[in-house]
Amino acid sequence: MKFGVIVFPGSNCDHDAYHVISKHVGQPVDFVWHRETDLSDFDALIIPGGFSYGDYLRAGALARFSPVMNAVKEFAARGRFVLGICNGFQILCEAGLLPGALIRNRELHFICEHVYVRTETSDTPFTNELAAGRVLHLPIAHAEGNYVCDDATLDELRRDQRIVFRYCDARGEVSDATNQNGARDSIAGICNRERNVLGLMPHPERACEDLLGSSDGRDIFRSLAGTLAAIS
Amino acid sequence: MKAKVYVTLKTGVLDPQGKAIQHSVELLGFGGIADVRQGKYFEITLDPDADPARAHDAAERMAREVLSNPVIEDYRVEISET
Repeated sequence: MKFGVIVFPGSNCDHDAYHVISKHVGQPVDFVWHRETDLSDFDALIIPGGFSYGDYLRAGALARFSPVMNAVKEFAARGRFVLGICNGFQILCEAGLLPGALIRNRELHFICEHVYVRTETSDTPFTNELAAGRVLHLPIAHAEGNYVCDDATLDELRRDQRIVFRYCDARGEVSDATNQNGARDSIAGICNRERNVLGLMPHPERACEDLLGSSDGRDIFRSLAGTLAAIS
Repeated sequence: MKAKVYVTLKTGVLDPQGKAIQHSVELLGFGGIADVRQGKYFEITLDPDADPARAHDAAERMAREVLSNPVIEDYRVEISET
């Protein structure tokens, strides 16, 4: 099993993701520069957080046109696993690999703090080691994390249990007060129809060591590694 | 010749920046403002001899595929001599 971490100009959580895979998951991992077009070495890709292309035009909009993204689309279409974190989630939405869009936070501020998110489903390769309802303590750091989609998309996401994480309080209660960025239905993360592509705004890779305030993020990467081990 | 592209948020999509701008304008003493929506304007300079119809089609594609996000935004394209 081999992980790839895609690096765009302006990515800044690429080393965190690499560190987690190599140290805490204990699997081979390589950086993939955004001009790369051959992803055949990899079984799972992480599109990390940061400010690809300086967030010019819209967050994630220009990264979509990097050469690697056509290969990422083919990679996902073959059923391989893609995890987009923060800017990675924005890029996946812009590229059409996930529905909806991420717009400016309701209160306009850049929010940088630890929040709680509730795992809504164990039925994804990224959450199968997490019990549904499990509350994770993860940091968020974004100005455009306010998830929007039309009514039909929201109905479909709910019906197919594709809402994977929602903002909540420490007890797992979801309310408007816990919805830091104003996201529709408090959505913090969703997956695609085939469930092999996940995007989320919180940063699990920054929550893998107790020293950093939480190690709750580790189970997301371990779920993915466990899924890969089971199918290989 | 120029292609002028206006990108605006779709009706119903929350525009917190527009709201903040409205508030600031009201603080300046302007009243009677029902709403402010923020958008983007792009000016693309083209070959002066370009065919206007083809230039319009090209700008339309740029607006649809790059300059706007169809999930949240609408666009309008104008071709102008200046």
